[in-house]
Order: sequence, then structure tokens, then C-alpha cells
Amino acid sequence: MRFSGLRVLREGLTGNKGWAPHWRDAEPKAEYDAIIIGGGGHGLSTAYYLAKEHGLTNIAVLEKGYLGGGNVGRNTTIVRANYFLQGNSEFYSHSLKLWEGLEEDLNYNVMHSQRGLINLFHSDGQRDAFARRGNSMINQGDDAVLLDREGVRKYLPYLDFDNVRFPIYGGLLHPRGGTARHDAVAWGYARGASDRGVDLIQQCEVTGIDIENGQVRGVQTTRGAIRAKKVGIVVAGRSGQVAAMAGMRLPIESHVLQAFVTEGLKPCIDHVVSFGMGHFYISQSDKGGLVFGGDLDFYASYASRGNLPMAEHVMEAGMTLMPMIGKAKVLRSWGGIMDMTPDGSPIIDQTDTKGLFIDCGWCYGGFKAVPGSGFSFAHLMATGNHHAPAAKFRLDRFRTGVGLMDEEGTGSQHNLH
Amino acid sequence: MRLDCPICGSRDRREFYYQGDAVMLARPAVDAGADAWDRYLHLRDNPAGQTRDLWHHEAGCGAWLVVTRDTVTHAVSAVELASDVKGAMA
Repeated sequence: MRFSGLRVLREGLTGNKGWAPHWRDAEPKAEYDAIIIGGGGHGLSTAYYLAKEHGLTNIAVLEKGYLGGGNVGRNTTIVRANYFLQGNSEFYSHSLKLWEGLEEDLNYNVMHSQRGLINLFHSDGQRDAFARRGNSMINQGDDAVLLDREGVRKYLPYLDFDNVRFPIYGGLLHPRGGTARHDAVAWGYARGASDRGVDLIQQCEVTGIDIENGQVRGVQTTRGAIRAKKVGIVVAGRSGQVAAMAGMRLPIESHVLQAFVTEGLKPCIDHVVSFGMGHFYISQSDKGGLVFGGDLDFYASYASRGNLPMAEHVMEAGMTLMPMIGKAKVLRSWGGIMDMTPDGSPIIDQTDTKGLFIDCGWCYGGFKAVPGSGFSFAHLMATGNHHAPAAKFRLDRFRTGVGLMDEEGTGSQHNLH
Repeated sequence: MRLDCPICGSRDRREFYYQGDAVMLARPAVDAGADAWDRYLHLRDNPAGQTRDLWHHEAGCGAWLVVTRDTVTHAVSAVELASDVKGAMA
């Protein structure tokens, strides 16, 4: 089933009776060429690119809940490529290029909206740092524009420019940054993978990983044993538990990150605005809700719900930056489980077990990486070689100390990102 | 969330700084090698359930605490002075 304007029109005139399910709800087979554990954004995009780019179609995605029910279904939907460090810079640049062709590639409306992202700064030192970051982005081939105070005012007239503590000096505009419809990304990849023969198996929790003589043989699940010579772990916040099934400990601590959404309002915030000094960022969804969030709650948690101090902090930061939102009513808040690495950068690598691969450590920035992560992880699983844009996301960088990518410059330590 | 500081009593979470897993209490020797330092600095059990972690009563008595709590329910089952725990380890 292909989507097109004509098709939408025809279905509209004939009672919408012609739509079929977007993917097959498959039953597990006894054996596959490869298994992906985790049916979130990264797992589904991995399966899609394994099938599309590498012709591997006898594969399965195992999901313990329902497809796209984890972090890809609960995030603040920001898509950007404004990283500074080598290793991160080329990866996110590649991912953004995939985003820009994604709707055509998937024949699916993921509502990718390049509305521009503005990172605000509040001092001369910060201006210098953002100028340097912007140059790094431009060198990578992406776009960046350094705005002065009046330049920001043109885009964001509603900010409190003369805030006593954080007066606005300017901002770094990343015009190709923006947002996308998070659920649609998962659904689009699921549909694309399923159409190419990938089995998407829901309600199928992996309970063990079978390893013989250092080679992975398959997995045990709540729906029986499934054999495979290649297994990819793509389970975000649950990485620690699944890796433990293979006898591994990871450089990961799971933390909770909160986000909030208000009632639907008339269009008022046209961009993604990031207020780093207040740990606050905001955009407006196509439904009109203001979607915003802040920093981690900062202690290890699997609770999928946040605590009051950070909720208060985020609201205070929002009011500091843009007092106009003070009367908007918050409809709901939620907490996602983030797989935090010590240096704040991700891992796409092989493990010491032959045939066992892992893609994790996306911290609080996994959504924009969905296409790039799947593309690079599929490349690694299919060819055994690291994909160039993701070649620095190595698991052993923590042991050796070589190649740590501490984008924030706060130190490579668990409680600092 | 509130923590029951052995010195100050029950206090709001805002008064405490979170350091991380209590594995940090057992610092390896300088020449222990890369694996031992990797285990100390980076590798974590990261349990969904009971865990022990280090908190600093930054805005209170300044004591370092070992907190035993559940990462799924946020229920705190024990708070001990890190100095006592280290003493028992020695």
C-alpha cells in the first residue's frame, strides 16, 4: 500500500475503507539470520536498513511491549546536527541527511519540520563558544548562523531579553534543525521493514541470550527459543539488563528525564528554542501544545516518572526565559529512561561475543539519531565493519580512555551528563 | 523523594548531591590496571530494583551517605554514613 495525495482523496470519498494495517504482526519462527532485540526507533530503523541496504530480510525484531512504545513514543522530537566534536559531528550530520530524505524513502509522512533551532547565549564567553561551535558545524557541511541580540529578537520577540541573571546576548541558529512526528518515525520504519519481509514480533520479551564457545546462537524469549547467528541489542534504558544476559556489564547508568506538554494553543513559538543556561528547551507541536523539557533528575532510576524538584526547575526556567507562557496549562508530564554513558556519547559496536552487537548509550539525545543509528548499526551487523560516520562510537573507549567524546566538556563521569 | 540522613533526619532531595553507584567506595590502587579502573569508573550493574548509591548531604551536614533504594519504586530502605560503611569494609 503506497500513500499519495490521490490515495488520501480517494479514501476520503469512499469512506476510508481501503486502508490496510501498516505492518504484519508476525509469529516468531525457529530461526533467523539476525535478530534485533528492541522494537523502538533505533531497532526498527536497524531492521529497515538491514533489509534495504544489505538485503538481509530473514530477520526479526523482538519487542517485549508494543512497537514504538518506549522512548521513541515519548520524547521532545527535536532533530538537529549541531555537534562540535569529531566523531559526533559527522554522525549527526549523516543522520540529518537521512532525515531530509526520509519521507520519500519511507513513503510515510513523518512530519519532519525544519523550522530552525536557536541556542541562546548570555555572555561574551558563551558567544565565543557558540561561534566556534557554529564554525565546526559549517566545516562539517551543515549550517549555522550566529545571531546577535537584535537578530534573535527578530525571530523570538517574546523572550525576556533583559533578564537580570541571563540577559540575551544572541543565539546560534541552526536553520536545518527542527522537529518530527515521533510516533510516525517508528511506524514508518516498521512499515518499511515489514514490507521487505522483516518479522516484527510484539509481546515477545527476551529472557536469555544463548552463547556457545564465544559465539551467539540465539535468544530465549517468552514465546520460545529463537536461533540466530547475529543478535543486535538496541534496548536503550534497559541495556544493562539485556547485556547482563550475555554476561556483560556496560558503562551505562539509567536515569530518568522528564518532559512536559501544555494544552493546545494558537501558533506562537515557531522554532525550537534552547536555553542551555536554564536547562530548558521548547517547541510547539503541530497540535499546538508547547512541548518542553529540561535536564535529568540526576539519580539512577527506572521509574518512568520524574520527581518534583526538576519539574519545578523546568517551569522556573521557562518563566525566566519567556514569561508569556505562564498561563498555559500543563496537560501532562512524563519520564523516560535514558541510557547514560560517562562521556555522554553513544556506543555502536561489537561485543566480545562473536555475532553479538550493541547499540546503546544515546543518553537524552536518541531521537534525532534514529535514522543514522539504524543505518550505521545495520552496516556493522551486516558487514562486520564500522560505518565511517559512527566509527568512533566504540565500547572500549572507556577502558582505554582513547577517543572519549565529552561534548559538554564536563568530565567523563557517570553523574555529570 | 526524601532521604533520612543519620545526622540531620528526614530531608528533601534538593539538599543532596548524587554521586553514583556505591562501587565508588572501593577505589583501586593507582597501579591496579585499566580493567580495575574501568570497573570503578565506568562499568555498572545498573539494576532495575535495589541499588546502593552515594549521596552527599551538600546543603546539610556535609556527610557522605550510602543509600539503599529501589530504582523502580524510588523507595528508600536504608541510609548509612559512608564512613561507617567504609569502616566495616576495612
